[in-house]
Amino acid sequence: MQILLVEDDAEVARFVKKGLQEAGHIVENVANGRNGLFMAASEPFDLLILDRMLPGGVDGLRIVETLRSQGNKTPVLFLTALGAVDERVKGLKAGGDDYLVKPFAFAELLARIEALARRPAMEVRATKLTVADLEVDLLSRTVTRGSKRIEVQPREFRLLEHLMRHAGQVVTRTMLLEKVWDYHFDPQTNVIDVHVSRLRQKVDRGFDVPLIHTVRNAGYMIRAGA
Amino acid sequence: MATPAEDRDGWRDVGAYLKSAGFRFAALFAVLFLAATLGFALMLWWGTAGTLSRQLDDAIRADAIGLQEAWRGGGATAVKDAVGERLAVDIDDHAIYLLTTIAGNRLTGNLDRWPGAAESAGSWASDLVRRDGVAVPARVYHLPLDQNHRLLIGRDATDREKLRSLLSEALLWSFAVAVAFALAGAAALRRALADRLRAAAATAGAIAAGDLSRRVPLSAQHDEFDQLGESMNAMLDRIDQLMVGIKGVSDSIAHDLRTPIARARMRLENALLSAPDYESLRATIETTVADLDGISRVFQALLRIAEAEAGARRAAFAPFDLATVLTDAAEVYGALAEERDQQLETSWPQTLTMVGDRDMVLQAIANLLDNAVKFTPEGGTIHLSASAPVRGKREIIVCDEGPGLAAEDRARAGQRFFRADPSRALPGSGLGLSLVKAVAALHGGELRLGDGQAGAARPGLEARLVLISRA
Repeated sequence: MQILLVEDDAEVARFVKKGLQEAGHIVENVANGRNGLFMAASEPFDLLILDRMLPGGVDGLRIVETLRSQGNKTPVLFLTALGAVDERVKGLKAGGDDYLVKPFAFAELLARIEALARRPAMEVRATKLTVADLEVDLLSRTVTRGSKRIEVQPREFRLLEHLMRHAGQVVTRTMLLEKVWDYHFDPQTNVIDVHVSRLRQKVDRGFDVPLIHTVRNAGYMIRAGA
Repeated sequence: MATPAEDRDGWRDVGAYLKSAGFRFAALFAVLFLAATLGFALMLWWGTAGTLSRQLDDAIRADAIGLQEAWRGGGATAVKDAVGERLAVDIDDHAIYLLTTIAGNRLTGNLDRWPGAAESAGSWASDLVRRDGVAVPARVYHLPLDQNHRLLIGRDATDREKLRSLLSEALLWSFAVAVAFALAGAAALRRALADRLRAAAATAGAIAAGDLSRRVPLSAQHDEFDQLGESMNAMLDRIDQLMVGIKGVSDSIAHDLRTPIARARMRLENALLSAPDYESLRATIETTVADLDGISRVFQALLRIAEAEAGARRAAFAPFDLATVLTDAAEVYGALAEERDQQLETSWPQTLTMVGDRDMVLQAIANLLDNAVKFTPEGGTIHLSASAPVRGKREIIVCDEGPGLAAEDRARAGQRFFRADPSRALPGSGLGLSLVKAVAALHGGELRLGDGQAGAARPGLEARLVLISRA
């Protein structure tokens, strides 16, 4: 992916750029808002990572607002130290697609970037999601694996659906909390792990190949191979 | 001699004085007062001197009609007779008549000569007239009779003039007194305003200078100024509370965040100095990253508490269904309780709409449930219930079977980083209940802690979260 990173902190920029390059992306880094806006408007990128507070008189919000007003729909992820709930709302209202607060784990950033990049394809109305022999029917809301029907509760269904939509990608605990439960809060303990392990009990127990994998220091992933 | 600079200062003072609200109120008061006085004087004038004038004119007019009749009946002779008759019965000696030819020959009457002010036919005049060689003020009417004769009818206006001058004098004096009163009253009003505002201004000044303990003194009258003072005091209390909150946060950061930071630092330094191999170095770094994540979570929690306490989130209040939030919370933490073989018993009405901050309320419920799961022994029961005891009030109760809280610890339970002794061994930051308390305060409610089962060996903790929904 071609990614534009607008970040004024050299250390953070270096760290993010290096990590993304290792993950196989091409990263362009700009340290000031004005240049960032110019680059984003004049060159095609697959994704923008923007800091909120930027030198150069143009902050992250302005960049998004300007791009959106020009009809530019490139996915935008805010990477910022402004963590208050109001700030997050402001960022998403301005046209941002995701919001990650510093300090952050690189795995979290990477997972969110890949989820964003995959999103447009996901907007196509699929009625069935399949990974290996696991099938989720979105219309009848049933789950089958092989020939066996698996009973899941509504929330487990949404959890599974979210993992399946991002099959082959890492989905972090916070992403699950935000997307499956639709709350912004700190659950204090490993509640998400508990829910995933319950789901795993239902989906993987009794089958030779496990599908739900734990990615160390990052989150979860559903995929066919080992 | 004043220097130019002093002069300028002087003028600036005068300018400031003229611009002051006190002066403007006072000036308005003075103008109103003087206008009222003027109106009163005009009414008085119209009612006395004016009435007298009108009576005089009416009498003259009636007389003129009578004499015109006489002229029509018998010409100059009849008028002469009528005038003679009238003068004879005029005991007060107020009537004035003069019948002359146009050429100026005096036919009858009690005036020496025709007054100059009443030369034109049909005119009214108030003038001095000569009577028996004496000039007297009079009101006269020139009644033209025919080409050759004219008649002057009038009344002695000495009484009226006396009254007028008396009245003018009296009104002039009273107006002077009114001006004096208006000025004195305006000055007193200005001073009273300034005096009442001075206390508030002095308080605001002291606070701007840093003394936050000052409050506006209130009088017993409970008037507008007291209301202003009260709202200022309420505002100051709030500011004070926020300052205490900020101080609390900085104290907490100073005391309780240093420890984990120091721990992380020590661990890194130790690894740097004496890690035997790459693997153990890596393991140390991994633990330290987890430590740092923990620190930033504590930070996040502190900021959330501060956000809730500042009330800044009130702008984000929106209606939501508390029942749904409770269901979600029960679902998230029910799984956790199940892992520990605990029962989570729930009860609340089908819908419980309220206006508030959904995420914050969920966070508060989550914190209470997290505590309950943590402190209840395996196999125990946790109760989560909610109700709307009165309109606009929402009560959420989380009851566990843990060790409970000693009465003396309850008051401190909402303080940041406070952890009761039995809980020190368990994971946690000591911020959970602080946040619950802040969320309660944000929603105009409170957090009440009590025994789950009073008197039992493990009394458990009953946390009662009261929220006020301002619909």
